[in-house]
Amino acid sequence: MTLPLFFFYVFSAIAVASALMVISARNPIHAVLFLILVFFNAAGLFMLAGAEFLALMLIVVYVGAVMVLFLFVVMMLDVDFASLRQGFLQYAPIGVIVGAVLLLELLMLAGSFVVSPEVTASAVLPMDGVDNMRAIGQVLYTRYVFLFLGAAAVLLVAMIGAIVLTLQHKSNVKRQDPVKQVGRRPSETLEIVKVKSGQGL
Amino acid sequence: MNSDVIDFASLAPAYPEMLLAIGAVVLLMIGVVVNKERSVLVSYGAVLLLIVTAALVILQPKDGVLFNGVFIADGFARYMKALVLGGSALSLLLALPRAEENGTHKYEYAVLVVLATLGMMMMVSANDLMSLYVGLELQSLSLYVLAAIKREDSKATEAGLKYFVLGALSSGMLLYGSSLVYGFTGHTNLSEILVAIAQEGRSIGLIFGVVFLLAGVAFKISAVPFHMWTPDVYEGAPTPVTAFFATAPKVAAMALMVRLVTDTFKGISHDWQQIVIFLSIASMVLAAFAAIGQKSIKRLIAYSSIGHVGFALVGLSSGTQGGVEGVAIYMAIYVTMTVALFACILSLRTSAGYVETIEDLAGAAQHRPFVAAIMAIVMFSLIGMPPLAGFFAKWHVFLAAIHAHLYVLAVIGVLASAISAFYYLRVIKVMYFDAPVREFEAVPAELNIIMAVTGFVVVTYYFTVAGPLAGLAQSAAGSLF
Repeated sequence: MTLPLFFFYVFSAIAVASALMVISARNPIHAVLFLILVFFNAAGLFMLAGAEFLALMLIVVYVGAVMVLFLFVVMMLDVDFASLRQGFLQYAPIGVIVGAVLLLELLMLAGSFVVSPEVTASAVLPMDGVDNMRAIGQVLYTRYVFLFLGAAAVLLVAMIGAIVLTLQHKSNVKRQDPVKQVGRRPSETLEIVKVKSGQGL
Repeated sequence: MNSDVIDFASLAPAYPEMLLAIGAVVLLMIGVVVNKERSVLVSYGAVLLLIVTAALVILQPKDGVLFNGVFIADGFARYMKALVLGGSALSLLLALPRAEENGTHKYEYAVLVVLATLGMMMMVSANDLMSLYVGLELQSLSLYVLAAIKREDSKATEAGLKYFVLGALSSGMLLYGSSLVYGFTGHTNLSEILVAIAQEGRSIGLIFGVVFLLAGVAFKISAVPFHMWTPDVYEGAPTPVTAFFATAPKVAAMALMVRLVTDTFKGISHDWQQIVIFLSIASMVLAAFAAIGQKSIKRLIAYSSIGHVGFALVGLSSGTQGGVEGVAIYMAIYVTMTVALFACILSLRTSAGYVETIEDLAGAAQHRPFVAAIMAIVMFSLIGMPPLAGFFAKWHVFLAAIHAHLYVLAVIGVLASAISAFYYLRVIKVMYFDAPVREFEAVPAELNIIMAVTGFVVVTYYFTVAGPLAGLAQSAAGSLF
C-alpha cells in the first residue's frame, strides 16, 4: 500500500464518518462543526488529486467564510431543532420508501456503469508544466467566459434581492445626525433657572 | 484553451443578450443615482430596453454557435426570445398603474425583470447543460425575489419562500439528472450528447438522467405532478408579478423542454414521449377538475395555466416538426391571452381593493362594460371557441397529435377542454348575470390600451396574425429538425 493510497482512505473514511455525524448530531452547532471537518477532508482529497488550488479555495471560501457565517446564524437564531424533529417518526415510513427506491436506482445504475478504458488511460493529470491556478485561469476567461459572466449576473441578482428584501428606510425612526449634534449651541437647549430653596419649581 | 471569440463582430449572435445585460446594469445605476420618480423612469427605460432588444432579435438575425458550443442562436431561439421579450415588456407595462399598492414601485422591480429576462434568453439559447443551468438559476433567483417583493405582505413573503424552497428542490433534481446524463454520455454539450446517444444507444443511466432533467424542467413550466407551487405562488404574489410569472418564464422553460427532447434526446424519443404524454394528460385533467372548486380568481388562473401547459405538451408529445410548430403558435397565443386576462383583472378594482374572488366580479358588465367584454372574449378564447385565437392554438396541437397517431391523447385533451369550459363560463355568468355588489373604480389608460390591442388580436386572430405567425412558427420549428 502506497502512502497516497493510505491517505486517500484516511481522508475519505473521516469524511464519510463526519458526514454521517452532520445529519445525526443532536446539537446543530456540532453538526456545523462536523460539516467543517467534512470540508477539510474533501480538501485533503483534492490535494491528493493534485488540485491544490481547489483544495485551498475550499478551505478559504467554505470553511473560512460560508461555514463561519452559518455558525453565526445557527447560534443567533436559536432554532429549536428538537421541535423540528417531532414529525420525524411520523414521516419515517415515507422516507424509508423513498430511500429504498433511490437505493434500488443507485444499484441499477452501479450495475450498468462501466469506466471506459480511455478514461483510465487519460487519468494522468495533463498538466504540461502549467500550474493549477494558471490552468483554471486559462479556461475561465476564454472557454467558459459566457458561463463566468452568467454566474456574475446570478450573484448580482442575489445582491439586489438581499437588499430589496431586507433594507428598510423607516421615516419614523430617530437616527443620530452627528452634524446636528456637534452644531448644537448651549443657548438653544439650556435654560438656567434659579431655584429658591424650599420652593421647588 | 482558445476561445472562439476573436473580435467584437464574432459576438454578433449574442448581441441581444449583451445589450440586455449592459442595459440592466445601466438601469440599476440610474435607479441608484436619480432620486425623483426613479421607479417610473427605470420602468419605462426597462420597457424600452426590452423592445430594442426584441427589435435586435427580429431585425438582425444572426445564427451561430458561440462560446465553444455553450450558446446557440437559431430560428427557434429567435422566435422564443421575441416571445419572452414581448411577454416581459407587456407585464412591466401592466405593473405601472397603482405600483405603490402592488409593491412594484421599487425601481429594483424593473431591473429584476430585465435580469430574469436575460436568464430566460440564456435558457432559450442554451446548448450545454452548464449554460442551461446558469440561465435557469438566473431566471429563477430573480423570480423568487419578485414573488416576495411586496415584503410587508405576509402572503407575498410566504409565496416567495415557498417558491424558493420548491424551486431549489427542482434545481437539485435538474442537476442530478444533468450529472447522470454527463456521466453516461461523457459530454455536457447538447450537440455532442446527441451524437453520443446516436452512437452508443440508450442505457438505463441515461434514461434516469433524462427523467430527472425533465422533472426539473416540468417544475418550471408547472406541469402536473410538479405543479403544487403554482396556485399558492400565483395567489400570494402581487397581481402584476403573477402576470409576469404566467407569461415569459413559461415560454422560456417550454422552449428549453422543446429543444432538449426534440433535438438532444432525439435518439431516445420513445422514452421521453411517455414522460411528456403523461405530463400532458395529468396537467390537462387535473387542471380541468381542480379549477372547478376555486373561489380565488388568481388560483383559477393558476389552474388554467397548468391546463394550458398540458395542451401545449400535446403538440410536443408528437415529437414532429408540426408538433413543435403547434407548441410555438400555442405559446404565442397563450401569452397574448394571459396578458389580456391580467389587464382585465388589474382594471377591475373596487374601493375595497382589487378583486380577489370570483364573486367580487358580480355586476362588472354593468359598471365596466368594456373590461367585462374583453374578459368574456378572453374566457371564450381560453375555452377554445372557434373564431377566437384560443381555438386555433388548440387546433394546431391536436392536429399534430392526430398526425402522430396519438388519438387517445387528443380525445382526452378535447374532453378536458370541454370540462374546463365550465369554470371559464362561470366567470362570465357572474360578470353578466349577477347583481352588482360594489362600485368599480376608473380604469387606468395604459390598461385600456393593452386590453384593446390584445383583445383585438384575440378576436381577429384568423384574419390578421394567423398567417404571419404560422410562417414564423414553421421556420422556427424547421431549425430544430
